[in-house]
Amino acid sequence: MNVPLPLSWLPLIAIAVPLACVPLILLARHFPDVREGITLAGAGLLVVVVCLLAYGLSLGSVAELEIYGPIADLPLTLRVEPLGMLFALVAGFLWLVTSIYAIGYMRAHHEGNQTRFYVFFAIAIGATMGVAFAGDLITLFIFYEVLTLSTFPLVTHAQTDAARRAGRIYLGMLMGSSIGLFLVAIVITYVVAGTLDFRPGGILNGRIQPALAGLLLALYVFGIGKAAVMPMHRWLPAAMVAPTPVSALLHAVAVVKAGAFSVLKIATMIFGFDLVGSLTATTLLQAVAAFTVIAASLVALTKDNLKARLAYSTVSQLSYIVLAALIADPAAFLGGGFHIATHAFGKITLFFCAGAILVAAHKTEISQLDGLGRVMPLTFGAFLVGSFSLIGLPPFGGLWSKWMMIEGALDTQQWILVAVFATSTLLNIAYLLPIPFRAFFRPLPAGVSPRLQEAPAACLAAMAVTSGGCLVLFFMPDAIVALLAGALP
Amino acid sequence: MDLLAHLPALQVVVPLIGAPICALLTAPRLSQAFAVLVSLVTFAISLILLNQVLADGVIVYGMGGWQAPWGIVYVVDPLSALLLCLISGMAAIVMPAVRLGIGAETTERSRRLFLSLALLALTGMLGIVITGDAFNLYVFLEISSLSSYALVATGTDRRAVAAAFNYLVQGTIGATFILIGIGLLYMMTGTLNMADLGERIGDLRDTAPVQAALAFILIGAAVKAALFPTHAWMPNAYTYAPSMVSAFFGATATKVGAYIMIRFIFTVFGAEWVFGTMMVGWILVPLGIAAAFVGSLVAIWQTDLKRMLAYSSVAQVGYISAAIGLGNHDGLIAAIVHVFNHGLMKGALFMVMACVILRLGRADISSFRGLGRRMPVTMACFVVAGLSMIGVPLTVGFVSKWYLVLGAIEAGMWPVAVLVLMSSLLAIVYIWRVVEVAYFAPPPDAARVREAPALLLVPTLMLTVLCVAFGIATDTTVGVASYAIGFLVGEP
Repeated sequence: MNVPLPLSWLPLIAIAVPLACVPLILLARHFPDVREGITLAGAGLLVVVVCLLAYGLSLGSVAELEIYGPIADLPLTLRVEPLGMLFALVAGFLWLVTSIYAIGYMRAHHEGNQTRFYVFFAIAIGATMGVAFAGDLITLFIFYEVLTLSTFPLVTHAQTDAARRAGRIYLGMLMGSSIGLFLVAIVITYVVAGTLDFRPGGILNGRIQPALAGLLLALYVFGIGKAAVMPMHRWLPAAMVAPTPVSALLHAVAVVKAGAFSVLKIATMIFGFDLVGSLTATTLLQAVAAFTVIAASLVALTKDNLKARLAYSTVSQLSYIVLAALIADPAAFLGGGFHIATHAFGKITLFFCAGAILVAAHKTEISQLDGLGRVMPLTFGAFLVGSFSLIGLPPFGGLWSKWMMIEGALDTQQWILVAVFATSTLLNIAYLLPIPFRAFFRPLPAGVSPRLQEAPAACLAAMAVTSGGCLVLFFMPDAIVALLAGALP
Repeated sequence: MDLLAHLPALQVVVPLIGAPICALLTAPRLSQAFAVLVSLVTFAISLILLNQVLADGVIVYGMGGWQAPWGIVYVVDPLSALLLCLISGMAAIVMPAVRLGIGAETTERSRRLFLSLALLALTGMLGIVITGDAFNLYVFLEISSLSSYALVATGTDRRAVAAAFNYLVQGTIGATFILIGIGLLYMMTGTLNMADLGERIGDLRDTAPVQAALAFILIGAAVKAALFPTHAWMPNAYTYAPSMVSAFFGATATKVGAYIMIRFIFTVFGAEWVFGTMMVGWILVPLGIAAAFVGSLVAIWQTDLKRMLAYSSVAQVGYISAAIGLGNHDGLIAAIVHVFNHGLMKGALFMVMACVILRLGRADISSFRGLGRRMPVTMACFVVAGLSMIGVPLTVGFVSKWYLVLGAIEAGMWPVAVLVLMSSLLAIVYIWRVVEVAYFAPPPDAARVREAPALLLVPTLMLTVLCVAFGIATDTTVGVASYAIGFLVGEP
């Protein structure tokens, strides 16, 4: 279908909307209400823009735009394709929700430097949109790096010694892997294929020897540190020193999904299923990802700090998507793409709850949560919903994505991977459910009044929306599968 | 008389005449204004020349109407035009800030002749780049070197004198090596015109004197470029010289050495012979990589940040040398583009040091504590230029690194590609160390520190913005570089 001109500009507008908020937020720095109003308006506008793009995509139009490029023979391109569309929809929508949450959280928690917080948050979202809509690897890489740098001030927001140490790990690991491995992989791809465009079916098939292809795939899987495949996962628990809204949106959704999304996109649109499926290296990388799934879950079990447990859970869940990419099968691809959405809604709910508990009850450790379910019933209700969705219980969206990934493993007769998915589900139950159970069924410690004391209304509203989202995803798998199916060759 | 036709001569003559006039103007403000005017005119001439070259191809100008082979010719090809723009552009950006910038770092006595010396150094560097005559190149090299020794010595720190003396000794050895090489070439070919040399050298390449000439000239140029392991003069010179000197020389002086290397390899000796028969690539690439690691590693441990930047320059010159040594198209693009790009970022970083020294009196890592809040704009410039040094996309550093890695892979030198990227991870360490101190550590004392004055801040900001602008709009630099390569390898 012929694309009307304004529509082809929409991907760029999606990147520009959050960035345009930056100067406005800075101008309004002395008026907190106006400042947050700008963030909300920008987030609302972004939701409209990504919805328009999704509508255009559903009509079969492909918004494509060549913007000016830093490398002379490699123009920067933006192209809307189904997987990126889904990622942008999730990230855009959750930015709006998180902004509402952040207003409640940051004010209730009396955080300093809030203007800086909102500025870098907006830049990070702009970069996320860039990652989602990148039409080629170099564009993806640029926005990927911008995302790393713009989230550094957010991670180190507290500016304490702990924050400085965490920031060092964060930046060192993410930039080290991206410059040391990811960039090498991109250059090799360019030399081999002569192009860096994402194309359905890939650009490398038939042009590369299997040995080099295997090395290249490994460079991508480990070089995209944001996907947190072990041993490149250390930055994610370190990033938990950030304020909770950052952990919620960026380190459960935008940043980590940018990594998992890039791996999935590269596996399908640079390598192609056939090539990935035929490589020996794939089996090895699958083993690493499977190990990450299990090992991170086991580590999560040992963590008493709530955010640390959630972080290791994220590490484990991200490797689901990496595994899905490496299974190289249409069903697994659909499952991996779907999991970007379901894990996003589930995990952001859990982080919102963790932040609410911190703000309202000043508790950070799981062992301190006894009986707190009676004080904060709504928060722990939402926590239960998020946990159920992550475990994959009906009626929540997590069921479908896990289902489809297992289906992919069955299709390709990789029984061990089926067992990995099954085991990790059990581990999910083991490390998630004790938290709400402890809150609801254990007695409150002596001397604590069971008076209802919930988080700020803005936080509760955000939790309600995201846990509602988990439910909605259960009832609309067809829409998402139909969207993602457009990406299959 | 058509003034435009004489621009190549004016390019050198304007600052050359400007220097003594500047010395005669005793009123400080007046001489400062005059030096700014001269550097702006010089920069304008460079821009016009670049435009002419891009439109009409190489300009050959016979000095005094004497054409080659009797007279000295000035040859402006895209490579020299780009370098002219870098050198005179840096001068034009930095010059307005000089008087203020050196206030804290020079003695009253040396300040009087500072501007004349700067204009002389500018003259010398422009001359090296524009001349088409090998001996004339040596003469300009001496003009720029002598004035830079004196400029380094103007620093108030007594160690500046020792540093300048060290620089003098090593610089003279380098220049002498170049002179010996040129002498050998003249002995064998009977000409000093570089284009003629390139033609006549054909059958003589297998003779010992020509091979010796290659060795002498390359080593001499390596000393001037501060290529590891001949870099010993640079760290002290840049540390103890006034920051304005470091800013201007850090951006230009070592680049002139790299230019001499490229010019002699491609125009005079012929790349095929140098890289094919003489295997110079096997010297330049390993040395370049070693420089990148040694420079970056040493930079990490420096507490004096000017010294850190100097060692970072050792590493960056290493990239340039490795890029030349690759001997292929993308490698040469990387070399030329990085000469330009590194000029911008190192200029910006040294200007940051000038700002900090002006306000705090020193630029060691402890004085950077809490600077993110005290001097926000200056530190923002440091962060952006530092990111460029690391090679983050959308900055100039990324463009250079991209072509360097691409060139290495095309040459089949995989380890080089990997090592280049690994060494740039070291840049993260030495840049981020400063960023952490500036943004995470509390200020060392309660003293109120103001942001640097506009006169220093504006040039710093301009260079920083250029670091990003040329990182996005790369067809200017990469386009000129690949056009220049067409002329260098003789297939325009």
